[in-house]
Amino acid sequence: MTEDWLIRGARIAGGEPADIHLSGGVIAAVGTGLSAPGARVLDAAGLVVLPGLVDLHTHLREPGREDAETVATGTRAAALGGYTAVHAMANTEPVADTAGVVEQVWRLGEQAGYVDVRPVGAVTIGLAGKNLAELGAMADSAARVRVFSDDGHCVADPLLMRRALEYVKAFDGVIAQHAQEPRLTEGAQLNEGEVASKLGLAGWPAAAEEAIIARDCLLAAHTGSALHVCHVSTAGSVEIIRWAKSKGWRVTAEVTPHHLLLTDDLAEGYDTVFKVNPPLRTKADVDALRAGLADGTIDCVATDHAPHPVEAKEAEWAEAAMGMTGLETALRVVQLAMVDTGLLDWAGVADRMSVRPARIGRVAAHGQPLTPGRPGHITCYDPAAGPEAVDPASHASKSRNSPFGGMELPGRVVATFLRGTATVIDGKVTR
Amino acid sequence: MKRHLISAADLSREDAIGVLDTAAELASVAGRPIRKLPTLRGRTVVNLFYEDSTRTRTSFEAAAKRLSADVINFSAKGSSVAKGESLKDTALTLEAMGADAIVIRHPASGAPHRLAGWVTGNVINAGDGTHEHPTQALLDAFTMRQRLASGGASGSGPAGAGLDGVRVTIVGDVLHSRVARSNVLLLSELGAEVTLVAPPTLMPYAVQTWPCDISYDLDAELGKSDVVMMLRVQHERMNAAYFPSIREYRRRYGLDTARMARLPDHAIVMHPGPMNRGVEIAAEVADSPRSTIVAQVANGVTVRMAVLYLMLGGAEETS
Repeated sequence: MTEDWLIRGARIAGGEPADIHLSGGVIAAVGTGLSAPGARVLDAAGLVVLPGLVDLHTHLREPGREDAETVATGTRAAALGGYTAVHAMANTEPVADTAGVVEQVWRLGEQAGYVDVRPVGAVTIGLAGKNLAELGAMADSAARVRVFSDDGHCVADPLLMRRALEYVKAFDGVIAQHAQEPRLTEGAQLNEGEVASKLGLAGWPAAAEEAIIARDCLLAAHTGSALHVCHVSTAGSVEIIRWAKSKGWRVTAEVTPHHLLLTDDLAEGYDTVFKVNPPLRTKADVDALRAGLADGTIDCVATDHAPHPVEAKEAEWAEAAMGMTGLETALRVVQLAMVDTGLLDWAGVADRMSVRPARIGRVAAHGQPLTPGRPGHITCYDPAAGPEAVDPASHASKSRNSPFGGMELPGRVVATFLRGTATVIDGKVTR
Repeated sequence: MKRHLISAADLSREDAIGVLDTAAELASVAGRPIRKLPTLRGRTVVNLFYEDSTRTRTSFEAAAKRLSADVINFSAKGSSVAKGESLKDTALTLEAMGADAIVIRHPASGAPHRLAGWVTGNVINAGDGTHEHPTQALLDAFTMRQRLASGGASGSGPAGAGLDGVRVTIVGDVLHSRVARSNVLLLSELGAEVTLVAPPTLMPYAVQTWPCDISYDLDAELGKSDVVMMLRVQHERMNAAYFPSIREYRRRYGLDTARMARLPDHAIVMHPGPMNRGVEIAAEVADSPRSTIVAQVANGVTVRMAVLYLMLGGAEETS
């Protein structure tokens, strides 16, 4: 039951206008003046077409916290944001540390049908940092897990981290590390700096992230294993990763949209929508992260979409939950921070938001060139739309904790296609 | 004055001097046989205390009662998510009960900010986490003006005066001190020259951006101090490696009689309380004529009367 679509006049990765014929779940033809009798036509004049976006870092909250998000609502939000694949993080209740849980999440994704859901497996049982979870069983399951992470917690024990890095080589896995030295960040609330000191909030020092990244890069080099660094947030981290890559080590990294745009001074009114882990940093960090993404030191943008119910944020700063939603605003934020600033062209956006995250996450069918015979995963985006203020109440995500609420962002996701079938048309989900 | 008093930075120099001058006038009430003014009759002040602090709560209570306000004391232990009702629901409850002002003490920095977003009445910060304690800074400034400036009604310092040129040395656990944060902001606004003294581990990160000087050497600062303010240091800090032992802390940063003797003759010794006698301050120092510690408590009531009067009294009570 695949659809037949003719996308007319879209600029593939920002290039010259061309037509794309989607049929049988794949790209049937690409060229100018295509005709496809019987196909539905999408007039895409002026739109940029990208390979469907791939998120390496999404919290779908199911099972366990269905009050914050479900696989269905989270993947609907993803499709509206232009995504065709997301990696569902393991910190659910129960934790995704067994084949049973990852298969459940994978199956819920299949049922929802908005994007391909690739579950991330926990590195350690219960995210407790003590014993390795059955990584091989998760890899061999129907969910075919390749990315493993204790995200939300750091695999702080250096020996355990070394073993995990080594072990997943058997099935081409990658360890995605939440880099946070636990002792240096006990009770940490906000970037350790001028703002946190003034507000009387316990500081989260940049060195606590950088120390773990440096250690893990050395371990990846020593073991010849693949390390992926989650949500890089400091200028120093970018430096360390640049150095590790210069050595030829197998290190990749991601940055979130919010760390590309927002800074810690937004916390001055103790508005908990700005509470996130790692915390918002300084302007100098934002500049370094943008430069790192532009030169490829940072491989990709990953949302760290972290929905929370209203009551989890309506609290004192120290009590409030950490995290921000991001799926429905990511591409618009990247346009503002990277494209409109001249740091990245649309081909670069395709690379950092689809090609490279698909490669890191071992999602073979995604992040492919938009050429005949390739899977029909496509995002159509209008960079000339807006700017328009973000209204979290209008989001498909179950949660409203977007830090961009009220901010004017450019652009609009017009359509998303998963295997040639429209999940989003005219900025609305098709079902 | 602004609608809420959450940070000492909410006070302009004029606002702060206005509070001190008003407090000086109200101080005369304390000497009368009947110590009550009708100013806030029919108004309700709620003391919302999430931390035990008999000292601060009774000070606010006495201040409100001397202005004839109705006072409701609302004690809540612990914080929202873990235990019971959320701060927001408590705020809405107090609002519905007709609170004109809420005085809040809370272990979480920023709780008064959050509260102010949920209620229509005035919010007064009576100490939030390691953030601020602005009325403590006001009573400290009042005490300094009273003791160091000559003249003025009832020995409260000359009306309209700031603290220009007064050299204030604040010693101790600055990192965790809401008193230090509020005092740095208020005293510098009033023209005082503030120096913070602490071991580097107890200095906040980026403290060099604050409007004050920084020193790790108490002895070097004593001879040039008009005021030495000692902060309470908690024994638990030792366990988190902020300093090796109480003995070493006392040796390097404690105010004993030998150090007190090196102060200029006119210099005063302050402490926001509660004191750790024998740790940051020797008993002989605390009980010496230089010590303003008891005067600070009395001035606390007067200054809080002035704050309530200026925030709540205003237009309604001009008759």
